[in-house]
Amino acid sequence: MELVCPAGNLPSLKAAVDNGADAVYVGFKDDTNARHFAGLNFTDRTFEQAVHYAQDRGRKIFVAVNTFPQPGGFKRWEAAVDQAAEHAVDALILADMGVLDYARERWPDLCLHLSVQASVTSAEGIRFYHENFGIRRVVLPRVLSVSQVTQVIRESPVPVEVFGFGSLCVMVEGRCLLSSYATGRSPNTYGACSPASHVRWEETAGGTNTRLNGVLIDHYDPGERAGYPTLCKGRFQVGENLFYALEEPTSLNTLSILPKLWEIGVSAIKVEGRQRSPAYVAQVTAVMRAAIDHCLDNPEAYQPMDRWMKELSDVSEGSQTTLGAYHRPWQ
Amino acid sequence: MKLSVGPVQYFWQRQQVVDFYQQIADSSAEIVYLGEVICSKRRLVKPEDWLAIGRELKQGGKEVVLSSLTLLEAASEVGTLRKLCSNDEFMVEANDVTAIQLLTRAGKNFVTGPSVNLYNQRSLRLLAEKGLKRWVLPVELGLDALQDLQAQRPHGVETEVFGLGRLPLSYSARCYTARSHNLPKDDCQFKCLDYPDGRLLTTQENQDFLVLNGIQIQSALTHHALGELSELDALGVNVLRISPQSAGTLRIIEIFDQARTVADTKPLAEELLGLLPLGACNGYLLNRAGMEYDNPEAA
Repeated sequence: MELVCPAGNLPSLKAAVDNGADAVYVGFKDDTNARHFAGLNFTDRTFEQAVHYAQDRGRKIFVAVNTFPQPGGFKRWEAAVDQAAEHAVDALILADMGVLDYARERWPDLCLHLSVQASVTSAEGIRFYHENFGIRRVVLPRVLSVSQVTQVIRESPVPVEVFGFGSLCVMVEGRCLLSSYATGRSPNTYGACSPASHVRWEETAGGTNTRLNGVLIDHYDPGERAGYPTLCKGRFQVGENLFYALEEPTSLNTLSILPKLWEIGVSAIKVEGRQRSPAYVAQVTAVMRAAIDHCLDNPEAYQPMDRWMKELSDVSEGSQTTLGAYHRPWQ
Repeated sequence: MKLSVGPVQYFWQRQQVVDFYQQIADSSAEIVYLGEVICSKRRLVKPEDWLAIGRELKQGGKEVVLSSLTLLEAASEVGTLRKLCSNDEFMVEANDVTAIQLLTRAGKNFVTGPSVNLYNQRSLRLLAEKGLKRWVLPVELGLDALQDLQAQRPHGVETEVFGLGRLPLSYSARCYTARSHNLPKDDCQFKCLDYPDGRLLTTQENQDFLVLNGIQIQSALTHHALGELSELDALGVNVLRISPQSAGTLRIIEIFDQARTVADTKPLAEELLGLLPLGACNGYLLNRAGMEYDNPEAA
């Protein structure tokens, strides 16, 4: 069970490698990947250093080119694929059929992973990408229960990677347009959800308002800690109730079900958070490394340590974690 | 430009569905999409009922397409999809890659719905070689992208644009309608039946923002393309989709039918606004935020 960790810059990549990641995934400094944030990601120079740092230490490096190009920008996605391929990365993580088709034709030997953004939840769907583009791994969206993941793994023609920790998308990835509805920019088109360019923090006598392109996502009373206005994690009114109608600010944490994930044949565990700090990457990687090692050493005796849970909670959204869709009652 | 009636996104009582399609049979829409696309627990209308409705509409001269479930999770849902894709009577609208795989393996032609991510010419070309006959432009793409896509559209593929309806914005493992009643999905008590146009979600400033429709989130505002009809026509769009709402759909179809031929659509636009549950938006088509509204008729 491989540990796949995020890196938005070189210090984060080093933190991931130094703390035990088996593979690190990165993106380029443009809208070709789903963490297109200011000040984040890799240039030609830092990318080359990243590849060397990981591979010289026997770790893998994956490149996410996982947004959906429109005709006017397609060349940029081709260039991203080429750049990754020319540096002999260990895998490309792709979502768009057209980009997959290009990569397959131009770089037939390159290892392709299907991104979570491709939104594939069934073995038949995986087969489509396997037969047409020769993908060698799939990353599943965070919408399946453990028994559903089990079923997919049983029938999938390729190894399956799942999310193990990090900010939780509650919608099926690749098919969520909430952000572009409010701002004109979505993960699919722009590589960002609830983009910072459209965020406004408004201090008033009654507290703090957080807005996304003018839409009030949440209101915090004086003294209450205000969170980033991610659209699906605000408090809204439905009927008589004012509440977190879609989801609370919370992160996914699978430490408690690691032996189960191993038993059903999960091939890799992904940590979310290319936008997070090197300190986050170091801490989460170290905890996940220790947990996976304990789990693989003796799955029956495995119990998540309190210290691990606390360390992960400390870096979680709203300082709380959930099993998300893996756990049926969450749904 | 032909008019289509998209699949009903909501959970309606069986009789309401039957009555609705009896009305549609007499409407000016040329194409009708049928089937449950949101939740496999919605079974008041069974697969064989959809086939029966489809046969009647076909006899009345409509082109009928069967729409597939958008988000597949359980193995049983894939099983139901398999049956749908093996039917020999009607073309299928694939709303997920799973359906595309089943249809292409069976050598069948197909349509792709708005939740299949076809954002560029290379993706379109790939599916065209596999039997794609019509595709629905992803709703977040606007006239700029459409123009580029139309310029390179593969031969033999028709383009359909989401022309009216609350926008399908996202899908989840979680049922939001059940959650809004503090119920888990597995014990949802079919609360969706109480909300034939979805359940409204407003901001803390009372802005009508979104609509909960089971596992789907929609826009609270109704997107419409009445003001962009001539542009869509000029770009060679073949089909305009009307997404059903619980009341007024028949009149909406007639409004769009008239708009196909009259020069001044302003009176039609005014009437249309009165038929929408909570107001309009068209930002996506204008290459902007989807919730924005710029009504050229009012200018």
